[in-house]
Amino acid sequence: MTTVPSSSHVPIRRKPFSPGRALAWAGLILIIFVSVFPIFIVLKTALTSSRQLYAEAASLWPSQPTLINFERVLGLVTPEQAQAAGGSGSSVSFLTSTKNSVVFTALIVVFQTLFSSMAAYAFARLKFPGRDAIFTAFLISLMIPGIVLSIPNFITIKNLGWLNSMPGMVAPFFLMSPFAVFFLRQFFLSLPKETEEAAFLDGASPFTIFWRITLPMSQGPIVTLAILTTIGMWNEFFWPFLIAKDEASYTLPVALQVFKTQTPQGTPDWTGLMAGTFIAIIPVFVLLIAMGRRVVESLAFSGTK
Amino acid sequence: MTTQTSSIPLTALRRKKPNSQAWIGYLFILPAIIGFVVFYLYPALHGLQISFTDWNLLSDPKSVGLANYNEALHDPKFWSALWITVKYVLWNLPLQTLLSILLAVAMDRLVKSMFIKGLIILPYLLSSVLVAMIFLWMLDPLLGIINQWLDATPIGKQAFFTSTDQAIPTIALINIWKHMGFNALLFYAGIQAIPRTVYEAASIDGATEWTVFWRITLPLLRPVSVFVLVTSLIGSFQIFDTVAVTTQGGPVDSTKVLVYYIYQNAFSFFRMGYATAMSMLLFGLLVVFTLLQLRFLRANESDLD
Repeated sequence: MTTVPSSSHVPIRRKPFSPGRALAWAGLILIIFVSVFPIFIVLKTALTSSRQLYAEAASLWPSQPTLINFERVLGLVTPEQAQAAGGSGSSVSFLTSTKNSVVFTALIVVFQTLFSSMAAYAFARLKFPGRDAIFTAFLISLMIPGIVLSIPNFITIKNLGWLNSMPGMVAPFFLMSPFAVFFLRQFFLSLPKETEEAAFLDGASPFTIFWRITLPMSQGPIVTLAILTTIGMWNEFFWPFLIAKDEASYTLPVALQVFKTQTPQGTPDWTGLMAGTFIAIIPVFVLLIAMGRRVVESLAFSGTK
Repeated sequence: MTTQTSSIPLTALRRKKPNSQAWIGYLFILPAIIGFVVFYLYPALHGLQISFTDWNLLSDPKSVGLANYNEALHDPKFWSALWITVKYVLWNLPLQTLLSILLAVAMDRLVKSMFIKGLIILPYLLSSVLVAMIFLWMLDPLLGIINQWLDATPIGKQAFFTSTDQAIPTIALINIWKHMGFNALLFYAGIQAIPRTVYEAASIDGATEWTVFWRITLPLLRPVSVFVLVTSLIGSFQIFDTVAVTTQGGPVDSTKVLVYYIYQNAFSFFRMGYATAMSMLLFGLLVVFTLLQLRFLRANESDLD
């Protein structure tokens, strides 16, 4: 009888339930709780009426949940009703600010990605004098701290007469981002050249190749980039804060900050503020639910370049 | 009798192709180049030029040579801002990196589900303004839920943002909250890249989890660690948004970090020259840090080679 020689595989040991593992699980659960709990508190506060806030400060859920705070900050109730419900008389409209944030983010994501991918393609596939020097210059600009550029850029926008306007807010991000160009150029370099070369030999112009071949082959990284840019621009605070000066132009983060400062006696309108905060969080939730896996992968990928 | 080889020199053949591609290349990079020149190159140079002047945006700039730099280096508020920023970084960076690595290891060993990963990165997807609002509320001395709970413990209510001692650590902690999940994700991706065979060999040799972590995982994570440390250092040195929303440099200037001081000089005091000079000093400082870190951590070598 032939015996099958014991194969060289290592017998798989079930990891024993050790105190180390239990500790790791405890830590992990703690961190997950800590990550999620604050957002829960935001919702709880937003649903609490201002009158109940003091009494229910320690409780985990309002005894009488109400939507009045959301209605107040979205401008859906009259000023008298708003003040009666604890409003501070702030004129900030989160509805307008949300719209501004959507336009701001959408404009930048679409055009920055388009123009950056064109440049990335040129750096990866086309030859022209100064190509590598220009690309190196792009890379160096990645290292410049934001504040160094913001002050002169503010002056540029002021001189263009674009203060307090959407063009002014969008301008520095609209045409390119060094990170986007770098990111896509690295990817384009890694694409196999055969398809493009075949098309070139068939007489296709670089435009056609870029549009019909390279871009469709690059959907993954482009979606990744779009996700990263969307998150970044939706959350952008410093530049819109510098440029937007009245309620019609605020993006959401700026609106929240202004809303917080518009209080007569110094006690912020917490319930309204939390309602506004929750409204700002909703798109993030939607993004996570709709594209959770993609988001996680995009963020992880952004670190492994 | 001379034989003439009627070969066209190769250079004449080749000269046509790169030239005809050149204008296409320039066309592709045109939007990006415009963006780069207008919002990166020109501001960097313009900022440098402004730093040699005394300018309040209203009257004409007055050239003052190195006076701004000299003033900054003798300005106690500049050094104080620098020191406060260093304090912030010391509170923020080590703890954040440590927690991120531990979290990443825990994720690697224990977590397969995308849902949990989504929860862990949720804080990172929020604007720094949102994060600041959330914790401004939760840590409110009177009504914040954390203080409500602490009141029931021997620790008692804490002042958090309103205390000169606690303000900077508090800001550091909420930024750890925001970034921990993202950095953990980067480390996690790095751990995933380590070949499992290395771990199996260690397991056969009877190594404990702790030894594995210290002697194998950590050294092999060096490229990722360098990336995380460098970007975190550069990022945390430029902290602004959180301070602008929570403390505005207070209480009693205890959170007046460097970028906030620069911002004040530019947009509250309208000392454009002084502000840009300080931002140039910050830039220089960050370049030095980056070079030091890269050299110190021997980023170019990977222990897997």
